[in-house]
Amino acid sequence: MTMVIDILSWIMLTAGGLFVFIGGLGALRMPNLYTRMHAASLTDTMAAVLILGGIMLQAGATLASIKLAAILLFLLITSPTASNALASAAILSGLQPDEGPVKRGGRSA
Amino acid sequence: MIILFGIFLLTLLVITALAIVRSESLFAAVILTAIFSLLMAANFFLLDAADVALTEAAIGAGISTVLFLGALSLTGEHERGGSSNRLLALGVVTITTLIVIYATFDKPRLGDPEAPVQQHVAPWYLEKTPELIDIPNAVTAVLGSFRGYDTLGEVFVVFTAGIGVMFLLSAGTAPRREQPESSIEPNQGLRHYLVPRVVGRMLIPFIFLFGLYVQFHGDYGPGGGFQAGAILASAVILYALLEGESQALRALPMSVLKWLVAGGALLYGAVGIAGILLGGNFLDYSVLASDPITGQHIGIILIELGVGITVTGVLLCVFHAFAARGKV
Repeated sequence: MTMVIDILSWIMLTAGGLFVFIGGLGALRMPNLYTRMHAASLTDTMAAVLILGGIMLQAGATLASIKLAAILLFLLITSPTASNALASAAILSGLQPDEGPVKRGGRSA
Repeated sequence: MIILFGIFLLTLLVITALAIVRSESLFAAVILTAIFSLLMAANFFLLDAADVALTEAAIGAGISTVLFLGALSLTGEHERGGSSNRLLALGVVTITTLIVIYATFDKPRLGDPEAPVQQHVAPWYLEKTPELIDIPNAVTAVLGSFRGYDTLGEVFVVFTAGIGVMFLLSAGTAPRREQPESSIEPNQGLRHYLVPRVVGRMLIPFIFLFGLYVQFHGDYGPGGGFQAGAILASAVILYALLEGESQALRALPMSVLKWLVAGGALLYGAVGIAGILLGGNFLDYSVLASDPITGQHIGIILIELGVGITVTGVLLCVFHAFAARGKV
């Protein structure tokens, strides 16, 4: 049983780490702000769920797990809100999403 | 393994510091400063200093970012180039760096049990905390009771700093002009942003709850007045950002805030005086109850409350002092 939980938690942790990596890569390589945000939001949601879930499996049914769940809930509520605020701030400052093909790596801020 | 994490975090710190220096946009520099504080907090946590990490995260990454942004909205978002005396500055920094690096050669290894700091009073505090004060968090015991004078001094430093900022920023206030693009708009806040507003309103009660937990749980885990004050103040600042500063001032008027600033410091001092009146020394909590250990508990809770009240009041006063000032 411990073995199964360990394997499951390590799969989740590794997958979470992979999502962080992909998110970081996307934030660096995507062409404009909105696509970069899309990549970065992967880190906030999918990676956070996987990593915190993996740690929760390691912690077992303890107080630490409940705290981790609270952190996860907080992250799942606040990160999309932050993304939303960032995107609407970008739109208000005049950055249009449909600018057509943008130069690679060109910063269109 | 820990040492790898430490090196990683410290490298990131250096990179962030260089980015702050290189950045032309002050707005980006402020955000990078917040990242710097967050990295520093993670670093403190690696060194097992959870109380310090909590303070650094709440004040460094949270409140001071808001205050910096408030200051930026008063000045400008871009660095004014062409400062003279670059060579002089470079020289001063180089010499200081060399001296600091030279000083680290004499530094004992990290966590060395033979280091002077571990040999001085620290073992006595750790040994006597269960016997004299009997709370699990030795940091709070040292901060609140053994080193009560130092903490009293810190509270008065915070108090004085708050008064100083209020003096400086409210002197000769220019007549307030409406600035539509300002983020801390007097009556608007973020009202036209629906999602942040709804989520923010939902979170504020929980931030308050967490602040109170940190305040009153300081005896048992990381936490205490300084951290709780910063968290409570950040909840009110969030409210001000969402609903507009005038709404926040209606909820907590300036007169109440001034009472908070003075009241916390007074409460701390009063606990000390109460010790004298009950026949002990200044800030000796043992005489506050018939049982010395219960007395210590009461004393620590009360002075932490004083610290929390003063820190909340000062941070909010400083925030309002920034926000109330129109563009110059």
